[in-house]
Amino acid sequence: MQLYKKNIAQISNGLTNGDFTSREVTESYIERIEKENERLNVYINTCFGAARQMADESDARRAEGKALGPLDGVPMSLKDVVCTVESPTTAASKMLEDFLSPYDATLWKKLKNAGVVLLGKVNTDEFTMGSSTETSYFGITKNPHDDTRVSGGSSGGSAAAVAANMCAGTIGTDTGGSIRQPAHFCGITGLKPTYGRVSRFGTIPMASSLDSPGPMAQTAEGCAMILQTIAGNDPNDSTTLPNQVPDYLSAIQQDIRGLKIGIPKEYVALEGLSEDVKNVLESAKVILQDMGAELVPVSLPHTKYAPAVYYVIAPSEISANMSRYDGVRFGYKSSEAKTLQETYEMSRSEGLGDEVKRRIMIGTYALSAGYYDAYYKKAQKVRTLIKNDFDAVFEKVDVILSPTSPTPAFKIGEKGDDPVQMYLEDVFTIPSALAGLPGISLPVGKCQQNMPIGMQFIAPQLGEPVLLQVAHQMQLQMINQP
Amino acid sequence: MLTREEVLKIAKLAKIRLSEEEIVKYQKDLSGILDWIGVLNELDTENVETTSQVTGLVNVWRTGDQISPFGKEKELVACTPNKVIDQQIALKNIMK
Repeated sequence: MQLYKKNIAQISNGLTNGDFTSREVTESYIERIEKENERLNVYINTCFGAARQMADESDARRAEGKALGPLDGVPMSLKDVVCTVESPTTAASKMLEDFLSPYDATLWKKLKNAGVVLLGKVNTDEFTMGSSTETSYFGITKNPHDDTRVSGGSSGGSAAAVAANMCAGTIGTDTGGSIRQPAHFCGITGLKPTYGRVSRFGTIPMASSLDSPGPMAQTAEGCAMILQTIAGNDPNDSTTLPNQVPDYLSAIQQDIRGLKIGIPKEYVALEGLSEDVKNVLESAKVILQDMGAELVPVSLPHTKYAPAVYYVIAPSEISANMSRYDGVRFGYKSSEAKTLQETYEMSRSEGLGDEVKRRIMIGTYALSAGYYDAYYKKAQKVRTLIKNDFDAVFEKVDVILSPTSPTPAFKIGEKGDDPVQMYLEDVFTIPSALAGLPGISLPVGKCQQNMPIGMQFIAPQLGEPVLLQVAHQMQLQMINQP
Repeated sequence: MLTREEVLKIAKLAKIRLSEEEIVKYQKDLSGILDWIGVLNELDTENVETTSQVTGLVNVWRTGDQISPFGKEKELVACTPNKVIDQQIALKNIMK
C-alpha cells in the first residue's frame, strides 16, 4: 500500500474509515523519507521515534472512539523555524545547529493537540532569508520535479516535502512570498494567511511586521484543514487578530459564479515575465470564465516600488530580530572569543551566513542616525501607498489574480552573485505581503521544460475563505476538465 | 559607493566582524542594493502617513488572568553555550 501517495484529505478520510492506521501511514512516510532525503535534502532533522509514538497514541485514541478530529494521526513536517520540543529548531543556520527549544510554538501546540504526527523539520533558506533555499547552512533542497533546479524559498523544504510525498502537509512562513513562490516552483498549494491570522509565538522571527506562518499541501482543501487548526487569536502574540475563525471547509464548497476577479495591468506587463507563465495565466482566465467568474481589469500603480520598499523594511526589522544571536543565552559561540565584545562579534560572524549578514548590514544602515528618515521612514510611507492601491481595487473586485512569480523554478546557482537578481523573484508576492493581505498559490499548468507553474489569488484582510474557495473550485474544475 | 569606513561603522553597530575580503564584498553589495532602493525617491510622500503595522489593532491588553508559571527554567538555562553557575550564565568580564 503506497499510503504516502495520498493527499491529506484522503489520509484523514482513510483513518476515519479504518482503511489503515496512523502507524501504517507514518511508516509509509518514514520509508519514503529514508529513500528520497539524501537525494533531495528536504529534512534537516527527523524525529521518527516521536512520530511512531504519536501515531500509536492516535490509533489508541481512535480505537476507543476518542479521535481528536480530522488531523488526528496525520503525519506532517514543519519548516525549521517553528519551535518544537521533539526536535531541534535550527533555522537552517550554524548559529542554531544544536538548539533544542524548551517550548513549542503555539501553532505546533495546536497541531499536536489535534493529533498531528511530527515527522521532522524541513529545510529553509537560512533564517528564512532567500527565495531559493540556496542559503541554507545544511545545503540546497532540490526540486522534486527536476533535481537540477531549486525548490524555491524560503519554504523550499516544505514545498519539496509535500511535492515529493514526504509528508501529508506542512507549515511554511511567508514574509515576502516564501510560501507562495516555493509552492509554485514545486507544483503544490500554499496559503499565506492575513498577517495576524496565525500566531507567530515560538516561530523564529525574521521581519516582525510581515512574517505569516501558513499551510502548504497538495490541495486547497488540505490547506483549509490545516488552517482550521492553526488560525486564531493567541494571548502570547499580541499581533494576532481577535476575529473568530470561520469554517473554511464549508466556505470552499460554494461555486464561484459571479465572483469578480481583478487582473492588475502592472503585473502582466512586467518585463521578465516568461512566455510560459503568461500562457498559463491566459489559460487560468479561460478556466475561471468557464466557471462563471467575471474578470475585471484593475490597476495597482505602485507595484514597481514594492520590492524596494520590502528590501528596506524587511532588513531593518531583521537587523533588530537578529541582535539576539550573540553567543550568550543560546546558539553558537565562537571558541576563539577572549572578551565579551569578541563573544558577540565572532559568534555572529562565524555563526551567520552571507545573506543574513548582508541583510543585517542593510537594516543597520537604514535605521542608523542620519539615514532613518531617508530610508526606513520613506519606505513606510510608500508602504501606505501600496496598501491604498489594494484598498481601492478591493472596492471593485473580490479577489485579484496574478502569476505567483515571473518564471518557473530556475536552475541551482542561476541567480549568481547579484543579490538584486534574487530579490526581483518576489515582485508578485511582495506587494500583498506589505499590505498584510492573504494570498494563495495553486498549480495551474506547466512550462516547456515540464516544470510546474502556479497562479496566485490575493484577497482583502481575512479573505482566507474566498481564497480557499476559488482555489478549491478551480482545482475541482481542472480535474473534471483537464 | 559606500566607503570602507562606512562599511566598518555599520559592522561595528551590527556587532559583526568582517574579513578584508568581506569588507570589499559588502561595499559592493550594499552600494548596489542602496542604489536600487533609491527608486523610492521618485515618489512624493510629503503628505503620506507611515504604515508600521497592518493589523489595524491598537493597544492590545492582557485580559483576565493569563499568567501561568513557565516551569522550564532548567531547560532554558541549558541552552547556553557558556558555563552555568547557580542557574546563571557566566560571561567574560565587561570591565578590566
